Amino acid sequence: MTAAPTDMPLLDVTHLSKSFPARQRFLRRDAADIRAVNDVSFAIDRGETLGVVGESGCGKTTMGRSILRLIEPTSGSVVFDGIDVATLHGSALRKMRRRMQVVFQDPFSSLNPRMTVGAAVREGILIHHLAEGREADKRVKVLFEEVGLNPAYASRYPHEFSGGQRQRIGVARALSVEPEMIVCDEPVSALDVSVQAQVINLLQDLQRDRGLTYLFIAHDLSVVQHIADRVAVMYLGRIVEIASSYDLYSNPIMPYTQALLSAVPRPKPGRQTARIVLQGEPPSPANPPPGCVFYPRCSHPLKDQDCTRVVPPLEEKTPTHFAACIKQPTTMAAR
Amino acid sequence: MTEPLLAVSDLRTYFHDGGAVARAVDGVSFDIARGETVAVVGESGSGKSVTALSILRLIRTPGRIEPASSMMFEGRELLALSESEMREIRGNRIAMIFQEPMSALNPVLTVGEQIAEVVRVHTDASRHEAWERAIEMLALAGMSAPRERASEYPHQLSGGMRQRVMIAMALVLRPALLIADEPTTALDVTIQAQILELLQRLQQQFGMAVLLITHDLGVVAEVADRVVVMYGGEVVETGTAATVLRAPHHPYTEGLMSAMPRLDQRTERLVTIPGVVPPSTAWPSGCRFRDRCSYAWERCEVEHPPLYAVGENHESRCHIAVEPLRRAEPHIPLAARVGADQ
Amino acid sequence: MATGVIVVMVIIALLAPLIAPSDPIAQPDIIGLKNLAPSLGHPFGTDSYSRDILSRCIYGARISLTVAALATAIAVTFGTLYGAIAGFVGGAVDTVLMRFVDAALAIPRVLLLIAILALWNGLPLWLLIVVLGATGWFGLSRMVRAQVLSLRELDFVAAARAVGATGPRILLRHILPNVLPTVIVAATLGIGHVIILEAGLSYLGLGVQPPSASWGSIIQDGADQIGTAWWISLFPGLLIVTTAIACNSLGDALRAAFDPRESAVMMAELDA
Repeated sequence: MTAAPTDMPLLDVTHLSKSFPARQRFLRRDAADIRAVNDVSFAIDRGETLGVVGESGCGKTTMGRSILRLIEPTSGSVVFDGIDVATLHGSALRKMRRRMQVVFQDPFSSLNPRMTVGAAVREGILIHHLAEGREADKRVKVLFEEVGLNPAYASRYPHEFSGGQRQRIGVARALSVEPEMIVCDEPVSALDVSVQAQVINLLQDLQRDRGLTYLFIAHDLSVVQHIADRVAVMYLGRIVEIASSYDLYSNPIMPYTQALLSAVPRPKPGRQTARIVLQGEPPSPANPPPGCVFYPRCSHPLKDQDCTRVVPPLEEKTPTHFAACIKQPTTMAAR
Repeated sequence: MTEPLLAVSDLRTYFHDGGAVARAVDGVSFDIARGETVAVVGESGSGKSVTALSILRLIRTPGRIEPASSMMFEGRELLALSESEMREIRGNRIAMIFQEPMSALNPVLTVGEQIAEVVRVHTDASRHEAWERAIEMLALAGMSAPRERASEYPHQLSGGMRQRVMIAMALVLRPALLIADEPTTALDVTIQAQILELLQRLQQQFGMAVLLITHDLGVVAEVADRVVVMYGGEVVETGTAATVLRAPHHPYTEGLMSAMPRLDQRTERLVTIPGVVPPSTAWPSGCRFRDRCSYAWERCEVEHPPLYAVGENHESRCHIAVEPLRRAEPHIPLAARVGADQ
Repeated sequence: MATGVIVVMVIIALLAPLIAPSDPIAQPDIIGLKNLAPSLGHPFGTDSYSRDILSRCIYGARISLTVAALATAIAVTFGTLYGAIAGFVGGAVDTVLMRFVDAALAIPRVLLLIAILALWNGLPLWLLIVVLGATGWFGLSRMVRAQVLSLRELDFVAAARAVGATGPRILLRHILPNVLPTVIVAATLGIGHVIILEAGLSYLGLGVQPPSASWGSIIQDGADQIGTAWWISLFPGLLIVTTAIACNSLGDALRAAFDPRESAVMMAELDA
């Protein structure tokens, strides 16, 4: 394994797709396959945080798991530090896993109820022979301190902890194998506001101290704005817009992103801007509309039949700001 | 001033489960006027949901509403009503919607049947009349093709549609008060916007009052006239939504506001409230928030703060109201000093 | 209470030579001491060969409980592994393994046992145990498989894979410990069931062969004299019923204790 040139992104995902076979009903199978992730490409630089936002069913979680090979992608490549993860098997794949870790949403199902939290954190250390015996225990202790937990709690079971504490344990488990990148799959959405802030700050501190790269998946646009350097918006399995956090939030191009942002309730009495209320609900990923997947709900003043003919490519509209819309961008204020 | 629609005073709901008594709701008082929207805000363990269930008297053993509590609704003491009188009120004068509509709907009945059922239980409408009212209500709740939708089962509908059904079911008898417990928490943000808009429209149309239980201060700003902030089973701050959100007085409310990442404000680092909500079996003496508070001083340990009037219609349960200079001397809260492990 | 009954039964079985008043197969006076009603000297009476029923019941506990415990152990071990592999591997393996179980479950167990056992004359005890075990795991394997199927979708399993755990490790460290409560409950209920089953087979003469005696074969000894010497069949019968009820209520108690809401606490205490 040779060191990759430094200007290469740490993670380079190209044309990643994942389809699930349609659910078979008794004696009939009529529906088409569900394309949960549909031709997704993006890259993340070392030390960067890419936020992925989208509503439930948009494929963001499936995408995260496909990158980690927790789900087998249907097609496409996932290149991590010059190595195509999608083609690895057996021990080579397990070695690669050390470098890419995951933190889950649900603080209850993400820890084994029959394993002490210390053992959960120690497991990766032992598997990868990073340390043995006492040395491993010492590492667990250091990890607990790093995530802000009392090391004396290592011998306890998950049910003895609060949701926020469990998320810290999940973070310690991910850190135990010294990864370079962590896929954070809605890590704070199950937590109360005050606890959520604690975990967000922890993730930011760890990134700074360890030079971590994050793929941060969430449905909460405010949280993503706060933590991400760049943000990708997903809709019905596709990335429809990707830009720096600042550009995306201050000047969203896709009508979907605009609607999403305007829908977020702001804790400020007497709102100034009019809200764009999207009509209807996202179509089924088993039966996506032809052309632009957002067309049926789009409120763009220029939308027309052209939108239903071609799938709009992700184009660079302004430098480093990509959007999948064939129409001239309108600003939120103009509408 | 006219009599409020609902006046809750000194509500205490305790859970007597063998060992220590859990004082989930511990002396809560607030009013709701006709047509008004009051938001009860708090995190898990604050007692906000138990308060909602207490109003409908849906607390099960080992939970109990303590004797000195009072809830006056339309001039009647709810706690003095018999169970059958209470049943007359539930779903008819006071209705409730929940966070998870799927668990509140019966999976083996069509949604139309479930709405019609409510009508038939409380009125002497015929089967046909009840069915027609169900369809009319589904249309009001923004369901397209209500006649077809009425014959569908809950699992055939999306989460947003189910919430519309729940709303239709709750409002079909035009209740005077709707209790909405986190009605949009399980929904996506664009669907949430639709549901909030629907609730506001129907509220105006029917002139009902809404008691909104939520943890989301953004939602509060969108819909609420007044806010009741709960912590530790108590009301810690109350006032108009505009006042409380613009100038929170209680350190807990202040903490909640600054712990939220916000689209309209960029911050490098979020302010956190260290520690966790203490268990309801062991509320701290004095002020229940003191261990997590950056202003707490000796007085907070020994003297339980009353609700001080801090402005017009604005009350706060913090001694800072009488010693305002303390706000100039923030320090690291106790919970952050001893328990970095929280 | 249930646990107490079971513990007493096990102690009696273990200490049989010390407790039993006489030799269970001794026939001291086949004419004079034949078919004696219960008395101080023979609390459970004697049978038609003048053998002391109490002693036979005490020694019978050894055989009945051993057969039940070992047969259940075989069934539980095999059923757990079978179901866990089917659920964890999935795909075609799962389909084949589970179709076999479906087929096996379609045949009544008692019929199957009678058919197998009738082929042997003078069945050795170990073979009886194996046959009882080999026909007792089908239902459990289905239960285990269903649990494994839902467990393997949980995030902690994904997290273990993400840190590089291999399949066998995930199965042994993460999945099986979470199936354990089900297995323990099933084993407890299974022991009660096998005691009754073995009694039934012995009663039909297909189970434990003379001169050794299980509770079931003692009942059989007295079957044709039930009108005149009812005590021969009554006491072993009572023992079977008591033990089976104790096993079932212990199983129910364990099921309640292993309830998902409390299971973690329970296991924490067991492990501590």
